Amino acid sequence: MSTDLNLVPTGGKLTTGTSWRERFGGLGGNARQYGIFAALVVIILLFQAMTGGRLLYPDNVAALVNQNAYVMVLAIGMVMVIIAGHIDLSVGSVVATIGGVVAISIHDWGLSWYAAVALALVLGAAVGAWQGFWIAYVGIPAFIVTLAGMLVFRGLALAIVSQSIPVLDTTFNGIMANSLPNFLGRVGNADVLTLVIGVLLILATIWAQLRARTALRKHNLAVEAVGVFVMKVVLASAGIGVVAWLLSRSTGGSPIALVICAVLVVAYSFVMGRTVFGRHIYAIGGNRQAARLSGVNTRSVDFWIFVNIGVLAGLTGVIVTSRLGTALAAAGDGFELDAIAACFIGGAAVTGGIGRISGAIVGALIMGVLNQGLSIMNVDPAWTKVIKGLVLLLAVAYDLVSKRRAGTQ
Amino acid sequence: MSDGPVILEMKSITKVFPGVRALDNVSMSVRAGEIHAICGENGAGKSTLMKVLSGVYPHGSYEGDIIFEGQEVRFANIRASEHAGIAIIHQELALIPELSVTENMFLGNEVATRGVIDWIAARRRVVELLARVGLDIDPDIAIKNIGVGHQQLVEIAKALAKDVRLLILDEPTSALNEEETANLLDILRSLRSRGLTSIMISHKLNEIAAIADSITILRDGKTVETLTVEDGSVNEDRIIRGMVGRSMESRFPSHTPHIGERIFEVRDWVVEHPQVPGRLVTKHANFYVRAGEIVGFAGLMGAGRTEMARSIFGRSYGIWHGGQIYIDGREVEVTSVKEAIAHGIAYVPEDRKMLGLNLLDTIKGTISSAGIDRISKRGVIDLEASAAAAERYRTAMRIKAASVDVGVSTLSGGNQQKVVLSKWMFTEPRLAILDEPTRGIDVGAKYEIYGLINELADQGKGVVMISSELPELLGVCDRIYTVFEGRITGEADARTATQESLMRQMTDTAA
Repeated sequence: MSTDLNLVPTGGKLTTGTSWRERFGGLGGNARQYGIFAALVVIILLFQAMTGGRLLYPDNVAALVNQNAYVMVLAIGMVMVIIAGHIDLSVGSVVATIGGVVAISIHDWGLSWYAAVALALVLGAAVGAWQGFWIAYVGIPAFIVTLAGMLVFRGLALAIVSQSIPVLDTTFNGIMANSLPNFLGRVGNADVLTLVIGVLLILATIWAQLRARTALRKHNLAVEAVGVFVMKVVLASAGIGVVAWLLSRSTGGSPIALVICAVLVVAYSFVMGRTVFGRHIYAIGGNRQAARLSGVNTRSVDFWIFVNIGVLAGLTGVIVTSRLGTALAAAGDGFELDAIAACFIGGAAVTGGIGRISGAIVGALIMGVLNQGLSIMNVDPAWTKVIKGLVLLLAVAYDLVSKRRAGTQ
Repeated sequence: MSDGPVILEMKSITKVFPGVRALDNVSMSVRAGEIHAICGENGAGKSTLMKVLSGVYPHGSYEGDIIFEGQEVRFANIRASEHAGIAIIHQELALIPELSVTENMFLGNEVATRGVIDWIAARRRVVELLARVGLDIDPDIAIKNIGVGHQQLVEIAKALAKDVRLLILDEPTSALNEEETANLLDILRSLRSRGLTSIMISHKLNEIAAIADSITILRDGKTVETLTVEDGSVNEDRIIRGMVGRSMESRFPSHTPHIGERIFEVRDWVVEHPQVPGRLVTKHANFYVRAGEIVGFAGLMGAGRTEMARSIFGRSYGIWHGGQIYIDGREVEVTSVKEAIAHGIAYVPEDRKMLGLNLLDTIKGTISSAGIDRISKRGVIDLEASAAAAERYRTAMRIKAASVDVGVSTLSGGNQQKVVLSKWMFTEPRLAILDEPTRGIDVGAKYEIYGLINELADQGKGVVMISSELPELLGVCDRIYTVFEGRITGEADARTATQESLMRQMTDTAA
């Protein structure tokens, strides 16, 4: 990789006295990221206090995951779309259509559960390719294409489902109802498997962080101060530990929905952080023209992010149908807005170029905790909507104001 | 005519941008009823001076005084200057294509009582105003349906509608053909005979010599001189001498070129404007670059140098209509930016912020962005390699930043340019096309950039340097092509060329 520039690899100095902005500035907005995690913790503690400790009852934690799996899955796809500078308004309708097809395929055609799931993902990809084609290759704004998609797929859902189609396959319904089999048994009232997974995840986190740090050291590159590093690792481990501990004491242990979400988060964080595709998404969202002049095939990137969100909408169709045990024509109503809100609460920029998978997930969880906490407190759902709306507004307002202050230099 | 009283006086105007002193103690005075031309190279400060005058840069953001019609004025914005009777017509017309001539004419200045527009009164005034600029068109026609020459006249009529007493025209003829230009100059003369004062910025010196009553020449943000034109006393040569007459000093690092074989050649290159059918922005261009050679492209703004460069760089501009690219004597097809990069062509754009950088990205991310295939395997990036490479460039290019994780938006112009250069060096190009590589960069950083350009050449790369600053081309390049209206009009050895000889070929096809 050495260039002709006669570069002497004299190591860079370790950063000392770098400003807060320099330390945390740049792609993705790290500072904002820590802020959103802190906000989630504060909201959890607040509701934990206000509900008299009921928010974090083990079964409530498991329910929180199951009830919000759909937002998390969609938010992953949506944040990629938003980072690229687009929007997708159609996912709610796509969820309903694909959920309907899945139910029909099991109920009427007698497909096995895994064939039905595969069908859902393929259909999702096809829907995404359809919309991606108009956006990337014809050049119609995503807002228009997916607004049309919102109407088209809601209409198709109504046409094929009419009202509802039951799904009687217990394995299919178990995707959302069941947890991982606790074949390691229970010690006291704790599911051992969940605890083991928790410990393994903590070890994996520590290992990955240490490895990254060593690699930076090896190249004489700047690393975080030891204190910051240790605190980061301890906090992450503590978070995983608390969740595992709580879930281990729930009725089922680790919900399968959680496993699905966790796998997606890890995989997509890798895609966004470490692959050329992810880099290109940030590049076109940050400056489409500059990306094109750097050799990025912007059309192809646009196309594939819509295929991707299509697949995730297909998966959400499975999740929703499995959870209800039935396909509804009205399923997925407003899901697109939940997913978009999660992304913006999680620090994605309306103008594109900025955002993170983890941010979108935390945004989804903040909304989920609000929902759950307020419903435990028996707050009228009407007011829950009002509160969620204001939280979204405040989160984005905070983002803009903090940027403006930074931008006035 | 130029014996009238002084209508405008600008005294000791100084305007500083971060790192650049755009105007340094500039003074000029304009007499009532004259056409006053402002001349100077690109970057001499002409447009900045006019922006100060018209309130684009509000009072307080510059030093010095403006006295208009005997009173000191302090404009807070464009509206304030228009209110005082000063109107500016920009190079890019500010008309709204979908609206009619009438609607455009009174936009922001509607003939209305309590918010309700009186269309009949508006119509009466439009007809009268169009007559003053010699236009006979339907006032209801949409702006997009009339030619650019007529649009220019509508702009002038729009200014007249605001009871303007000083009209500023920024490059009014740059988009016009000869007939339209002659017509516009006639209109300006007739407006002058009715007592209107105009300030005109133009690169077309023959027009200035023909129409101006006096000429103020700016150079490097300073007033050089003001010439009073009495019939035939000032010709183009006299203006050019004023524009370029600076000494070359040691603003450029010394460099002994080691020139090898031809590595890059373009033949018969033709490009059409992407929006305007039939308008060619590059007309049968032929040029070559040898290994270790720095080749300059001189031309005025709008001459088509950037368009040609971007078209060569993977056809990233305009519609290609023919021409071949030869690398090391072999013809190659370069139809996308990706292919251009793969063939070893790099293009550093003139507009760093719009085209060169993702301002949300870090130094690290930017440097690997064009050569990302070099540090990734099957789509997965080696982040350590990316950081290590960025770190090496930070050291070698002397980029002033605490670490490579710093966002590029926080860097100065010079350091941003070094990051962009690093990004393209990382692709290991054979030919580097540098479009205005020192624009918006302070003098010290310019010297460093020149040094880096020399280094590139010494590594045996071919370098193409597009610049609007002639001293820079003469100081850095080995050979210089001149471009005028999309055509390569000349080729000169930089050792023997002078600014005067280049300027002549940049402004006149007949030379």
